[in-house]
Amino acid sequence: MTMMRRAALALLGVAVALPASADTIFVSNEKSNSISVVDGDKLTVISTIKVGRRPRGITFNADMTRIYVCSGDDNRIDVVDTTTLKVVDRMPSGKDPELFVLEPAGRLLYIANEDDNMVSVLDTSAKKIIGEIPVGVEPEGMGISPDGKTLVNTSETTSMAHFIDTASHKVVDNVLVDARPRVARFTADGRFVWVSAELGGTVSVIDTTTRKVVKKIAFAVQGVAKEAIQPVGIVLTRDGTRAFVALGPANRVAEIDVQTYEVKKYHLVGQRVWNLALSPDEKRLYTTNGVSNDMSVLDMERGKVVKSVGVGGAPWGVIVKP
Amino acid sequence: MSALLYGRCLRSVVVREGLRFVHQRERFFAALVRPLVWLALFAVGFRAVLGLSIIPPYETYILYEEYVVPGLVGMIQLFNGMQSSLSMVYDREMGSMKTLLVSPLPRWYLLVCKLLAGVMVSIVQVYVFIAVAWFWEVQPPPLGYLAVFPALLASGLMLGALGLLLSSFIKQLENFAGVMNFVIFPMFFASSALYPLWRIREGSPGLAWVAELNPFTHAVELIRFALYLRFDATALLAVLAALVVFLGGAIAAYDPGRGFWARRGGPAEQG
Repeated sequence: MTMMRRAALALLGVAVALPASADTIFVSNEKSNSISVVDGDKLTVISTIKVGRRPRGITFNADMTRIYVCSGDDNRIDVVDTTTLKVVDRMPSGKDPELFVLEPAGRLLYIANEDDNMVSVLDTSAKKIIGEIPVGVEPEGMGISPDGKTLVNTSETTSMAHFIDTASHKVVDNVLVDARPRVARFTADGRFVWVSAELGGTVSVIDTTTRKVVKKIAFAVQGVAKEAIQPVGIVLTRDGTRAFVALGPANRVAEIDVQTYEVKKYHLVGQRVWNLALSPDEKRLYTTNGVSNDMSVLDMERGKVVKSVGVGGAPWGVIVKP
Repeated sequence: MSALLYGRCLRSVVVREGLRFVHQRERFFAALVRPLVWLALFAVGFRAVLGLSIIPPYETYILYEEYVVPGLVGMIQLFNGMQSSLSMVYDREMGSMKTLLVSPLPRWYLLVCKLLAGVMVSIVQVYVFIAVAWFWEVQPPPLGYLAVFPALLASGLMLGALGLLLSSFIKQLENFAGVMNFVIFPMFFASSALYPLWRIREGSPGLAWVAELNPFTHAVELIRFALYLRFDATALLAVLAALVVFLGGAIAAYDPGRGFWARRGGPAEQG
């Protein structure tokens, strides 16, 4: 009897396995020109913040009191207060900002200007552009090494990952990857940078010392056409064991064992999954699904997508605050 | 004393049905293979059919395999209900039903015992099937496996009662093919077992309407919701209403004084 009761309790424990989460999730909606604020506990939209036109890239400032968002069609960065949830400031960005990355020190913001083949360097304290770095055609992905010394920008049309020295603001190397590279993400130890190629359908893992592609990860989803597999967003866990890659119109997120570079599982999410974010405690992964206008939530412990939540029109970027 | 008698009767009917099930190993495998074939062969081709919309009780996108499992659970119970009706006909032809019917207990009680015995067998089959489906990554919340039990009982009783009612119409074993064609297939295909109602409605509003009236649809939805720890009141009411009608009909049909048997001349003239 006690055994049965214990078993029942254990079952109950598993059943309520969607643990309460204090996360607040911010999603930029490319088409509805807004940021959806989602409560991580109830998984419902609690607020919608109007921002500039075509918001895509989204990131926190160093202490998470502000959100920076690229308003591409308004050629500026909007600054949102994370407490009042209001736009409190604007910053220059150069033309058509799409994605950006904040240096670990928290002052300089490196912005990819899709239309004029530049990476702009914005001083967030002075709110001034202090430099421009010419790169390949249609710059997009931006990744910065954990020590802040190396910046990697990808250019969609040139199909290259440009290694930029942040001290000199000069391109020091170019690595050819597959067609239409979208996102660049450093591993936590800074030894590798992962670059997704949307049209090439692969993720290239580049050794940051030799600047050579050491591994190309390909994907195959049962029942999905090869052309529909378009890798975009990448996240890696801090412990360096698991990586997740959003596969666009394949509606799947690939889970990769970082040690073997093997795809372990394809998680079904909404349509045209674009970007990904881990919760700060790494218990959940959030995805933006651009065509189905929602965000899917993957429980990292159970390795299962547990819910999809409707947000704004064409959700693009996602960030999570504890 | 009387309660003891009732209990003994129920036990012996359940044990007999269980023994029959265990001894016919092919039947066990057939019962398991049928839904597995659907899951492994049919569902794979339809993988991409869903993935487009989220419908309750699901909270996110699911593969077709996951959608179809409750429908296949319903299929197990539907076949089982019909199978026990088949065994009623067989029992009648073989004369072993007489042994049961000469019991001093009321006729309706004997029928309910028979029904419960069949449902128990179907529930065992269902649990084996959903255990296998777990390896197909159809993994509902663990508590769902408990919550689905009352739903399986209700739907199993309803479908079994339908089988009992039908068995009173069937004179000979050979007529069972008719049950396949006129009951099992239409009930299974014109339901939400294979496609969600919104999908059927897109193709044919008329068929969707039929599916909504089909008690099997409600049995499947009751199972589907319970498996995902949700409760579908409409489905439960529809299943219970159908159970009352079918069981009432079966009891009336097996009443030698009234019913179809009396009109047809009763079991004495069988064979």
